[in-house]
Amino acid sequence: MSGSTASLIEVRALSCVRGSARLFSGLDLILGAGELMHVAGANGSGKTSLLRILCGLSEPASGEVRWRGAPAASVRDDWRSGLLYLGHRNAVKDDFTPLENLRASAAIAGDTTPGDVLLRALVDIGLGARLDVPARSLSQGQRRRVALARLLADTRSALWILDEPFTALDTGAVAVLSRAMAAHLARGGAIVYTTHQPVDINAARRQTLNLDDFS
Amino acid sequence: MIGVFLSVMRRDLLLAWRRRSDMLTTLGFFLLVTSLFPLGVGPEPEQLSHIASGVMWVAALLATLLSVQRLFESDEADGTLEQMLLSVEPLAVIVLAKVCAYWLLTGLPLVVMAPLIALQFNLTPDETLIACATLLIGSPTLSLLGAVGASLTLGLRGGGALIALLVLPLYAPLLIFGAGAVDAWRAGLGVQSHFALLGACLLVALAVCPLASAAALRIAQD
Amino acid sequence: MSDSQLSATRAPSAGVSLFHYASPQTFFPLAGKLLWPSWIAAVALTLAGLYTGFFIAPTDATQGDSYRIIFIHVPAAWMSMVVYLAMAFWCAVGLVFNTRLSFMMSSALAPTGALWAFVALWTGALWGKPTWGTYWAWDARMTSELILFFLYCGYMALQAAIDDPRRADRAGALIAIVGAVNVPIIYFSVKWWNTLHQGASVSLTQSPSMASTMLTGMLLMALAAWAYTIAVALMRVRAIMIERERQTDWVRQLATGETKA
Repeated sequence: MSGSTASLIEVRALSCVRGSARLFSGLDLILGAGELMHVAGANGSGKTSLLRILCGLSEPASGEVRWRGAPAASVRDDWRSGLLYLGHRNAVKDDFTPLENLRASAAIAGDTTPGDVLLRALVDIGLGARLDVPARSLSQGQRRRVALARLLADTRSALWILDEPFTALDTGAVAVLSRAMAAHLARGGAIVYTTHQPVDINAARRQTLNLDDFS
Repeated sequence: MIGVFLSVMRRDLLLAWRRRSDMLTTLGFFLLVTSLFPLGVGPEPEQLSHIASGVMWVAALLATLLSVQRLFESDEADGTLEQMLLSVEPLAVIVLAKVCAYWLLTGLPLVVMAPLIALQFNLTPDETLIACATLLIGSPTLSLLGAVGASLTLGLRGGGALIALLVLPLYAPLLIFGAGAVDAWRAGLGVQSHFALLGACLLVALAVCPLASAAALRIAQD
Repeated sequence: MSDSQLSATRAPSAGVSLFHYASPQTFFPLAGKLLWPSWIAAVALTLAGLYTGFFIAPTDATQGDSYRIIFIHVPAAWMSMVVYLAMAFWCAVGLVFNTRLSFMMSSALAPTGALWAFVALWTGALWGKPTWGTYWAWDARMTSELILFFLYCGYMALQAAIDDPRRADRAGALIAIVGAVNVPIIYFSVKWWNTLHQGASVSLTQSPSMASTMLTGMLLMALAAWAYTIAVALMRVRAIMIERERQTDWVRQLATGETKA
């Protein structure tokens, strides 16, 4: 199958069980370079669980995840270095300033983005005036921006996995983020994201996956 | 790998520095618990010097147990732990860096304060030195084993009592080797074997615990 | 259909007979068949062992009749260690081969192991009173047995605290294996500590000459303990299987009586 070699991430016959509840089953998806996938579904349909399986944080109950055509578990290092995941939680420390937070995230991820790139990302996402204050005194939306600044500084990841990236953002930040997502797609990256608010993102190829169809 | 080790350690130390007062809680607990023993067993100097090393070690175990359960708590709560699991760097190295920072912040202060307790318990200078040295070699092992317990009980209800039940039985050999050294010295026996055994425990723990803790963190986040 | 596939995916499906029974669906009837023979063996061996121990074996020259408690104490102490090793073994198998049944087996063994450790401690104390004049001596074996009992408690408490069965299995497995690595270290350290503090420790099984009937009684009781452990573990593992797999087709069929167990 020629599609599988060109695909970035591919999932076959996936099912997910949480506790004693089956969230979804028989799910297949293929995502290639430059593609945008919107994961839709009601609350509790397993959107977050699916994203966590896609980045390897959770194991599926059954089914297979493939990364660039190979079983993902066998190319774990390549898989991890090729993706950037932003969850519900911002991974922002209250006692650190935005720049310190960004530096710490980069260090933990094992990524060596230079400090001036990180700084520019913070300025671009609109935190230029708040660079020196601890995250404790930032608003909810501003903390979310600190986390999202990682996307603006990112150049090495092929796949972005974003869980509700637009939550708590104002219209200005939503515009900056959707431009960054469009730019990532234009570079040949792919994005899987969930959202409850309609946001227009410029993408040549897009898919929508409704988890309610697989419950 | 060394890069991520150093930067995670620096990050944890810096975070702790921004919350300096939290560091003192464990130390205060250690000093308070040891000070309670003379009130309980009576102030006879002879008896106190006899139980001193045991008391110091038990207090160190409990102080570690109390503080180590928070080792991964804030990283789990704010989502940093997910990012650690997704890092291209080995998770065990990140865990080891966190444990090292944790030991510098809680284990080392106990060792530094130990002479003060030795003074209260009427130990001779030689005995004080031996007691401190056992704590210096033994407390990193306490931190490493505690990290395994902390990652296994991460986010569980009743975490505090549970981690005690899991980890305290594993602490028993360390307590025996550590607290026994002063007794052996007083009985005129050599203390090399005590130190050799404590050192062996540390090496085994260094090799096994970061891996076990990393595995437990992946299980906890699944 | 997808349900039964789900239960089969975890077990290697290469028709090897051992792996055939690695899935709960196939092991359940087998465990049911083994259940009654184990119970019968347990009861018969216990009766024979107790009769030999209490009525045939001669009275001990130094300890009188109070020594007869070893017919319960020693097999219980042996079993408490064997069961812990078996538990750690199943946990390791589960982690390596990803077979759910191994984890279930391990959870089924834990309460029985803890029971044996408790019985060993209890009978040890009862035996200690007439023999040493005290219920509890910090003897190396008794202290290690006590720590072993705590290890069982820790394993069970951890499993009970985790709601998600998969996390409970894996976290429990990890602590069981770490504990198993520690058991020899603990035993060595306690023994070492004991010799340092009390000179030679009191040996429980050191008897100048053991009559052959005593040995026979002990052997019968040890086999009875094995049979009982197997019977109870099989019963418990069947209950765990049904509880864990209640969503799957084979348990539903079992409940409606479509297949014979």
